[in-house]
Amino acid sequence: MNQTDFWTLGVIVGLAAVTVITRSFFFISSKSWSLPHWAQRGLQYAPIAALSAVIVPEMVMTQGHLVSSWQDARLFSVAAGAAWFFWRRGAGQAVLGTIVIGMAVYLPLHLGLGW
Amino acid sequence: MSALRQLLRHPEYRYGLRDAMSVAPGLAAWGLMTGVAMIKSGMSLVEAVSMTLLVYAGSSQLAAIPLIAAGAPVVVILATSFCVNLRFVVFSAHMRTYLMHLPRRWRLFVGYLTADLSYVMFTRRYHQPPRNTSEQQAQLAYLLGSATTNWTSWQGASLLGIVLAHSVPPQWGLGFAGILALLGVAASLASTRLRVVSAGVAGAAAVAAFALPFKLNIVVAIAAAVALSLLLEQTPLSGRAQK
Repeated sequence: MNQTDFWTLGVIVGLAAVTVITRSFFFISSKSWSLPHWAQRGLQYAPIAALSAVIVPEMVMTQGHLVSSWQDARLFSVAAGAAWFFWRRGAGQAVLGTIVIGMAVYLPLHLGLGW
Repeated sequence: MSALRQLLRHPEYRYGLRDAMSVAPGLAAWGLMTGVAMIKSGMSLVEAVSMTLLVYAGSSQLAAIPLIAAGAPVVVILATSFCVNLRFVVFSAHMRTYLMHLPRRWRLFVGYLTADLSYVMFTRRYHQPPRNTSEQQAQLAYLLGSATTNWTSWQGASLLGIVLAHSVPPQWGLGFAGILALLGVAASLASTRLRVVSAGVAGAAAVAAFALPFKLNIVVAIAAAVALSLLLEQTPLSGRAQK
């Protein structure tokens, strides 16, 4: 097992502080102010945009480049997972189904065929 | 602490716990791979355990791991993590209206626990900030409920990954389950035409701007998607589903 060093522990404490500061950024101060109306309306589009921005590159890119072949397990997995979600119309445990169906397609293609 | 006990007994606390269960397996698979990645990068057991328990931010940890291994300057590591976390700054502007009734200590505590999925599920359930004390209680209870499930599944899996680091081959690609969990949650948010537009624009922009350092492509993508959706609100494309 590797050695523990204090420099690394210090960095970890710093990273924890960054988590608190970024997640609380606009409500750390108790001063009162409010966002302009257009910004408040705009924020309703932020959650889905953030999720999409995080996942789309993970689904269609490899090492910073768009996938060039359709033989990629991720594409089939995403298609199957999304199809399940919309077939169930998002009811009940549709998100869980998306994960299970997606992985059921992903693992055989990825491990079996090497896609 | 009786205020806390009261929140934990609130029915909304259980709804929060339960709603988050649907994404827990994906979050757990992702946490597991993050645990493995920490040990594989050469961190000690104590370092890896403290990192997962204290930092509690997957993408920030994954960005910092190689920098720590390379002995990069502390300022560079912290600045990188800040940039990777910039999306939380956007979320905090949104959460502000919901949380300002709390004392600062509580706000920081709740903010710390509000990772991506807790934020998304919270704003999906509550479209309006609380108008009275009972709504304040209900919303806070729900937020703590989903945070409890997310924290437990993430930390449990991450600790398991730290222990099993040498027996889980990374080429299995189990981390992809985390992406599928986010995909499912994104699909559940696609309730209006403009939100679908927002997702499409953000996805395309994140790919196009991928070469930017510090994952800034995510922030650029959110900004582009929100701006375009706001512009389209005035057009027939909005499909009138909006208020």
